[in-house]
Amino acid sequence: MTETTLGQTNLLAVFFFLLFVAATLVITYWAARRTRTTSEFYAADRSISGFQNGLALSGDYMSAASFLGIAGLVALRGYDGLIYSVGFLVGWPIVLFLIAEPLRNLGKYTFSDVVAFRLKQRPIKAAAATGSIITVLLYLIAQMVGAGTLVQLMFGMPYEVAVVAVGSLMIAYVLFGGMLATTWVQIIKAVLLLGAATLLVILTLARFGFSYGALFGSASALYGDGFLEPGGLVSNPVDAISLGLALVFGTAGLPHILMRFYTVPNAKEARKSVFYATGFIGYFYILTFTIGFGAAVLVGQEIILSIDQGGNMAAPLLAEALGGSIFLGFLAAVAFATILAVVAGLTLAGASALSHDLYVGVYRNNVSAEKEEVRVAKTSTLVLGILAIVLGIVFKNQNVAFMVGLAFAVAASANFPSLLLSIIWRGFTTAGAVVSSLTGLFLATALIILSPTVWVDILNNPEPIFPLGNPALVSMTAAFAVGIIISLLTRERQAEARFDEEKLRTYVGIGAE
Amino acid sequence: MTDSKTRGVLGDKDFHELCRKRNLVTITLTIVSLLVYFGFIFLIAFGHDLMAHKISESVTLGIPVGIGVIVVSWLLTGIYVYWANREYDTLVERVKDKVNNS
Repeated sequence: MTETTLGQTNLLAVFFFLLFVAATLVITYWAARRTRTTSEFYAADRSISGFQNGLALSGDYMSAASFLGIAGLVALRGYDGLIYSVGFLVGWPIVLFLIAEPLRNLGKYTFSDVVAFRLKQRPIKAAAATGSIITVLLYLIAQMVGAGTLVQLMFGMPYEVAVVAVGSLMIAYVLFGGMLATTWVQIIKAVLLLGAATLLVILTLARFGFSYGALFGSASALYGDGFLEPGGLVSNPVDAISLGLALVFGTAGLPHILMRFYTVPNAKEARKSVFYATGFIGYFYILTFTIGFGAAVLVGQEIILSIDQGGNMAAPLLAEALGGSIFLGFLAAVAFATILAVVAGLTLAGASALSHDLYVGVYRNNVSAEKEEVRVAKTSTLVLGILAIVLGIVFKNQNVAFMVGLAFAVAASANFPSLLLSIIWRGFTTAGAVVSSLTGLFLATALIILSPTVWVDILNNPEPIFPLGNPALVSMTAAFAVGIIISLLTRERQAEARFDEEKLRTYVGIGAE
Repeated sequence: MTDSKTRGVLGDKDFHELCRKRNLVTITLTIVSLLVYFGFIFLIAFGHDLMAHKISESVTLGIPVGIGVIVVSWLLTGIYVYWANREYDTLVERVKDKVNNS
């Protein structure tokens, strides 16, 4: 392939994209009439089936960054890209075994409902909401900046226009259609993304007589045997373990993922939805690995690098090489849809932390009229959406890749320890939970600033002060340790007494919302 | 639900059994899935030659191992769901009936 139409306005891409926008806005209009109560706004009235939620969870989780980024990483670094894919999947079994069902049985709309179940509402909700909002904002900035850059690369549209377009659409979905519209945007996106990736893999393999051996053979002929072997990505095992901990336990602390478990009618459907989601996401990463190899062989690293140094355009270039500008247009539109589904989920999770946890839980001390809470939730959506647009523009041309790593580290350190301890440990106290969340949040943030990722790569200092690229090994361990120690020092008899009731609800679901 | 009812169920044999079984299954599966993933990281860090070993003309052992971690993780969720749908839910129903009839 010698030339590409990538970066020029592709009319087909615009057409496919407008089709997606039109369809999702119709759904939003339909959902708006079913989005009046808090249960409808935050949880789609718990009407989503396990299978639907499995698709929506995968649509919430599979970001354009992971699709384009990992395909690019594989195309440029070969085997090492697979190590990343695996890391992003392995958190899901942990979500299922430790969190999904207790969360569904104990909470109402947010994960802080669970932590606050038998502890003191106000301090717990304030601390947990802080962790949620920080996680959501970091993830949201990374997505918005990625969206602006990708749309600019693919459509030739100005960065700011792309960010405003993404932001306005996500506000529209969440503001009017709440969780119901968000869910269906995520389901449609998941189907489109899985379909497009499958087609790309079939077309790729067709070039190699449907033989993976032939594909890998051509890749090693071009780039040497090292392309099929672990390279320099895991040079420091402690670093790899720390990143691994952030990915594994961070997934179980991501507010936008956890929130989705309240959209199903009961714990059994929550359970099934993780099985489906893990299957879809795992399948997707295996496809992405194949796409990366296909791009390396059929497009070539030189061309991929000439378009984008990060390799993000490997998958679109492969689509163009195999299916011309029609397929490129379709894939570009799917990537745009992918971004929208993820940012809508994030906005809804952030808005619920602001309205359900902070406004109702802290400010109103958990007494609020139904109508008022929906109004506050919608105002929060608008505020958060506009903030996301502004931050997306402010962070233009900044290196924000570390923010996803930090979001996972914060989720694993500030959210996950207090959530898990509140479910399993009778002696866990309010003070323990609050100090644990804040320790996790502070340490994760401070250490990543001092780490090679920020201190050296962004602030251009010669030596990092903290040696690990991801702080989870230290920050998560510290959050657990502090949570346990402070709880042992501050007995809370009332909370201990209510543990039996909580236990019955955790295991059997009696009294669940 | 009244406190006396709660206390009744908490002392119940079936409820104990249910908690014990769920803890056993979830803790075992959690440990297995962590061992599988961190074992993979360990192999990459310390078993480079093994992972780079060619198992056919152009496929290194590392490729099926990496894909295998993804597949095994998914199968573990399947094992849990299979167990929970059949055995755990039956126990849950039994305990729920007791609560409703007490």
